[in-house]
Amino acid sequence: MTDTALAPLTAKDFQTDQEVRWCPGCGDYSILAQVQKVMPTIGVPRENIVFISGIGCSSRFPYYMNTYGMHSIHGRATAIASGLKASRPELSIWIVTGDGDGLSIGGNHTIHILRRNFDVNILLFNNQIYGLTKGQYSPTSEEHKITKSTPFGSIDHPFNPLALARGADATFIARTMDRDPKHLQTMLARANKHKGASFLEIYQNCNIFNDGTFEIFTEKATKSEEVLFLEHGQPLIFGASRDKGIRLDGFTPVIANLNDGYSANDMWVHDEHDMYKAQILTRMFDDPFTAGHLPRPFGVFYETSRPCYEEVMAQQIDDAKAKKPADLDKLLRGNEVWTIN
Amino acid sequence: MTRKQEIVSDVVIKFAGDSGDGMQLTGSQFTNNTALLGIDLATFPDFPAEIRAPQGTIPGVSGYQLRFSSKPVFTPGDACDVLVAMNAAALKTNLRQLKKGGKVIANTDGFDAKNLRLANFPEGVNPLEDGSLDNYELIKMDVTKMTREALKEFTMGMKEKDRAKNMFVLGFLYWMYNRDMSSTISFLKEKFGKKDDILNSNIKALQAGYNYGDTTETFTTTYKVEKAKMEPGSYRSIMGNQAIAYGLIAASQKSGLPLFLGSYPITPASDILHDLARYKHFGVRTFQAEDEIAAIASAIGASYGGALGVTTTSGPGLALKAEAMGLAVMLEIPLVICNVQRGGPSTGLPTKTEQSDLLQAYYGRNGECPMPVVAASTPSDCFDTVFEAARISVQHMTPVICLTDGYIANGAEPWKFPQSSDLPEIKVSFKKDLDEGEEVFQPYKRDEKYVRPWAVPGTPGLENRIGGLEKQDITGNVSYDPDNHQHMVKIRQAKVDKIADYIPEQKLDSGPAKGKILVIGWGSTYGAIKSAVEELQAQGHAVSHVHIRYLRPFPKNLGEIIRNFEKILVPEINNGQLVKILRDIYLVDAKGYNKIMGIPITKTELVEHIKKML
Ligand code: SF4
Repeated sequence: MTDTALAPLTAKDFQTDQEVRWCPGCGDYSILAQVQKVMPTIGVPRENIVFISGIGCSSRFPYYMNTYGMHSIHGRATAIASGLKASRPELSIWIVTGDGDGLSIGGNHTIHILRRNFDVNILLFNNQIYGLTKGQYSPTSEEHKITKSTPFGSIDHPFNPLALARGADATFIARTMDRDPKHLQTMLARANKHKGASFLEIYQNCNIFNDGTFEIFTEKATKSEEVLFLEHGQPLIFGASRDKGIRLDGFTPVIANLNDGYSANDMWVHDEHDMYKAQILTRMFDDPFTAGHLPRPFGVFYETSRPCYEEVMAQQIDDAKAKKPADLDKLLRGNEVWTIN
Repeated sequence: MTRKQEIVSDVVIKFAGDSGDGMQLTGSQFTNNTALLGIDLATFPDFPAEIRAPQGTIPGVSGYQLRFSSKPVFTPGDACDVLVAMNAAALKTNLRQLKKGGKVIANTDGFDAKNLRLANFPEGVNPLEDGSLDNYELIKMDVTKMTREALKEFTMGMKEKDRAKNMFVLGFLYWMYNRDMSSTISFLKEKFGKKDDILNSNIKALQAGYNYGDTTETFTTTYKVEKAKMEPGSYRSIMGNQAIAYGLIAASQKSGLPLFLGSYPITPASDILHDLARYKHFGVRTFQAEDEIAAIASAIGASYGGALGVTTTSGPGLALKAEAMGLAVMLEIPLVICNVQRGGPSTGLPTKTEQSDLLQAYYGRNGECPMPVVAASTPSDCFDTVFEAARISVQHMTPVICLTDGYIANGAEPWKFPQSSDLPEIKVSFKKDLDEGEEVFQPYKRDEKYVRPWAVPGTPGLENRIGGLEKQDITGNVSYDPDNHQHMVKIRQAKVDKIADYIPEQKLDSGPAKGKILVIGWGSTYGAIKSAVEELQAQGHAVSHVHIRYLRPFPKNLGEIIRNFEKILVPEINNGQLVKILRDIYLVDAKGYNKIMGIPITKTELVEHIKKML
């Protein structure tokens, strides 16, 4: 079973002999399939790829990837990945987490890995529910949601994951969905390409405990009206007949109709490197069932470059080594020694 | 002027003052100076609570106790001969530790009306004036005034000048104990190198203190302590936390594994992080994590990648790390967890010492979760103990807890440091290839020690998945099989028990192999027990001492040793922890001697207690 350098790997090479155990119809299957498809294209030898997860349905992921992998403890995948990346910068590290794992119990580690900007990829499977523990509301569940633990409706205000990531100064934030394999693959490739911490939120359907929660964005009938695909350098246009766009009125995004005398030139042109506009994009988070709501953006919201933690750390070590030899005897001796004869 | 020089063999000085008075620095400078003369010593810094209490108050008192002797020293001493009191609060807090007839060196400026009030002396009472110190030799000096006078040519502000007060006192003590001051002068040069004013004012104050002793006629005697008879060799002074840092670097060098420390600041362990952060030229990676959990988790990640993963903490932090320790037990990967114990429970007494985390180290995790535990007994022993922790960890693929405590972490003693060539190699081998006939890698296939292979990411052909779920023997696949779970629980235990074959047998520290009383200790009570037992032996009593470094598993012969004694006494700075474990494992009627006051056990009290048992 040694890898041959000759035959290029395929998606199949990334499958394991373990039976995949998500509920039939779970969005996780599609994500797994897309990840396995993208892996052979990223140009990293299989042995240098590591998947690390916490706890939750999504966190089963590493068992199904024929790479190195660790299914760790609840919320801590990001912290474990930080230590691994710091000591092994050459590895391609993928963190698989969910809305409970990454934003609730592991919320602290998530914001800290983002601000430190380790070069890792964080895949946040957001299904707005706790699946593994069988149906409690999560930190991304909408207000008033009736679940097992909130029979009278949730009174928690939900997180907006991308706004949170932006607030933690993430250098790459993007959103995609399980039901759009092509877009998902593109986003995975982009996340991989980004040098720094990539935060990719993936809308994932939990058909057992929260079925259809993202239907309005994923189903054909509504998708084109509700989803705004972001493309760098392109105006923000959406709609079944691509006749609507987003215009900035001061700092406020508003919908403009191309049939009402507006042209594409009047629209907000997406710039992935514009931090201020990225802030506004993350806040386009309206409840899609309210009248006059804005469409929900998908794609790369923001990308910037900032030195990665592990690189700067390695640099400090190299500099220190160049200045001083690692002389253990000198260390143990110290500066003040006396001798007894 | 001719003066008498008296030779003394054993001196205990307590430097005490307000936190802002620089007593820790004064104490550690006097310590270094003493060490360089080949005099044996032990120290005990006594910090106030972390946040600066108002100046002059009792909670604000900071102390540093130094014992030095021409005979071997094992403890910083039960009572002191000299008390330096920079203010009234310092006198009040420490006077009961001063021997009758001992010297009080009092800074009179710290005994003005305000300071007396802050130290809760009744209105109009000044202990320096009312005869209450008649049983002691009182040396009064206005340190503040004399320091200002000595620095009158300096342009700095009064506040800055007053900061040099401690140097004046140090200079005076150097005079009193016939010392050369060059060690402190070079220290000051290194510390204040570029800040000329501060450097020169400190040196000036130091010299002024020395000259004050030399020229004031009332001081008729100086003292001298001769070199101690110590094993020949080269020595340096070392503190426990520092020794932990060095021991980890040595283990990293001797194993060829890069050192990674994930840590979150916590008293009294932070100095290990500070120290290791300086040694980047040894390839040391230090990661100040966002919390205790991330600290251990990052170390697990580093270990998984093939580093020597370490996390350092104190009791409350250890509690937070419990779940992650369980993960490391399940993953069966190396990890060193250093716990510098302090008073508990909860936040407890952060700056005070205690040995109350032994049961937490033993049992404080969910599930059947055995982990080896070792404990250091003196500041320099921290080096060897943590080195052993690292060796056991990487050779037996298991997390290991290394216990120290606030007392030895901040205490100093002379250390006959090893040559790097004297240190054993720590052999580690990563798995590189599949075994003969193996089609897929079996991450939980074990060797004769029940140890699984360490295959790190980046090794082609050994891609595998591990995690916290129960795993099937050999394959490591997730398994809920009842028989398999029972087998795995037993084998994880057997793996830890097996370590007993790879550690040294227990030695008696002193005393006959058979006798009336065996005193069993662990950790920082070493010096007190040793001194007490040796005193009793000198009086002809059949008392012996065993001090255990390997607490889990115990050395194989420990049971045998225990059975040769009529009575077993286990002194501990806790409510009885090792004694419980010994009673459990060896079915022996061991008795505890427990002091839970945030301070070390003294030799005197132990001698008294043992005598009652004889
Ligand atoms: S519970 Fe929901 S998220 Fe979990 S596997 Fe089933 S469908 Fe997927």
